Amino acid sequence: MKRTKFWAWVAAAAGAVYFLLPLIGTFEFSLRARRGVYSFDAYRSVLSDTQFQSTFLYSVIMALLTIMIGVLIVTPTAFWVRLKLPAIRPVVEFVTLLPLVIPPIVLVFGYIRLYNTSSFLPLTGSSMGTNLLLMLGYTTLALPYMYRAVDTGLRTLDVRTITEAAQMLGAGWITILARLVLPNVLVAILSGAFLTFAIVIGEYVLAALLNRPAFGPYMVWMGSNRAYEPAALAVISFAVTWGCLGLIQLATRLAPHTRAKR
Amino acid sequence: MTATAPPKRIDNQILKWIGITPFALFTLLFLILPTSKIVVASFQTPDGAFTLGNLAGLWAPSIIDAATLSLKLSLVTALFGCLLGLVIAIAVTRGGLPVWLRGGMLTFSGVASNFAGVPLAFAFIATLGRLGLVTVLLRDWLGVNLAATGFNLISFTGLAVTYLYFQIPLMILIITPALDGLKREWSEAAQTLGASSAQYWRMVALPVLWPSLLGSFALLFANAFGAVATAMALTGSALSIIPIILFAQIRGDVLNNPHLGYALAFAMIVVTGVANLIYILLRVRAERWMK
Repeated sequence: MKRTKFWAWVAAAAGAVYFLLPLIGTFEFSLRARRGVYSFDAYRSVLSDTQFQSTFLYSVIMALLTIMIGVLIVTPTAFWVRLKLPAIRPVVEFVTLLPLVIPPIVLVFGYIRLYNTSSFLPLTGSSMGTNLLLMLGYTTLALPYMYRAVDTGLRTLDVRTITEAAQMLGAGWITILARLVLPNVLVAILSGAFLTFAIVIGEYVLAALLNRPAFGPYMVWMGSNRAYEPAALAVISFAVTWGCLGLIQLATRLAPHTRAKR
Repeated sequence: MTATAPPKRIDNQILKWIGITPFALFTLLFLILPTSKIVVASFQTPDGAFTLGNLAGLWAPSIIDAATLSLKLSLVTALFGCLLGLVIAIAVTRGGLPVWLRGGMLTFSGVASNFAGVPLAFAFIATLGRLGLVTVLLRDWLGVNLAATGFNLISFTGLAVTYLYFQIPLMILIITPALDGLKREWSEAAQTLGASSAQYWRMVALPVLWPSLLGSFALLFANAFGAVATAMALTGSALSIIPIILFAQIRGDVLNNPHLGYALAFAMIVVTGVANLIYILLRVRAERWMK
């Protein structure tokens, strides 16, 4: 048994080294911008770059809009399917998992060909339309995570009973959704939302192929034109991702709390 | 939404279906139709007539080479991802290590498995690139010249090592529940009957884990096959794997045949689709033991 434990430590330590080295390496590299001494020059140069500011802001706004649209589409659907159409639940679940199967590059290829200027819905014809297309594309990419999060949240809820109770008290569907369902799955939504945020912020393929000034393409541009700034950008995106995932942990830790109140 | 629907008995069949219209419309427009467009167009000539010529066009040497490279990359990273991820997962779940280590490893895996992309490439350039931390430390401390050993980050090996950074964590995430499903009673029963630890793993644990392992392999394979951003940011276009060729094709028709691009995208869907199907089927099989 002692030998097993020894090898377990070896395996875990080797894994930890492989996982940590690139993080340490990136941070160290990002500090090397000034010859001979460690400095935060690379960060200063990145943060004061107007391109950085505008692309980062663009991606943040995109992420927030994606989350909003995602919640608006997913929550009523998951609720409705559980309440009225349990028979088609497997179908809906299957559809929501498709974005994990179809590579994003194929999806955006389809968008470009389907929504070009000569099509029935010429979204790529204007920059506003392309923004909309990108946002809906991100919503599609986020669909598996969002749907699973909300559906898990609904599982702890006796959907039928609370709906009937609300209806007896005279509530309409909007009221039921906004004042009963949404507050109850809010914590679940949050965990889906943070994951969506982390994905959208660094996304490259969709933004690049739709030619939008997002953070992902900016990072690639920096990567081929600068030496130390990319490392600083990597550290910043690591921080954003870790921040989001940390918030998910926090949100799920809050979850039993809301459940107990019911 | 049917905002004004009174809570009476009017919510009949038709009303039932109205409730999922927004979802149906959204997925139809931004998931089903774009994908169908690719599939249909890969069987069409530019004039719209049916053809198998596009698919036949995939047998061009340049595309065969790219497909071979893509398959090799996906197979190698899936294989090593599975093995290393399994070893680490076994270590933290069953090795008698402190509980915080298990929690820490799982949380980290949750982050790292989502970290494929541009920053990952930067991280590896900063670590194993020409002036990267590990490269420099190996040179200064141990006198090892990494480049002289034949290692180059911007190569197949380099890309594979980088991919493993999200493959191993994904494996840890999906195999841990399966490992947790191995019941204590089974190992106790095996021990009582005089089995050694190796015999237990070979004759009890592995047969139970087998579908999960194969399924994870399929999922990791699909995961690597569809990835673009990491490879693009790391190697530019030095390594032509299938997704990079498709990217270039969408940008500027490098294959000089728009419909060949559709066929290429269709082939990608088929590969990732089959891999995911294998994953799902094997997971259903694996769950028989998880009750």
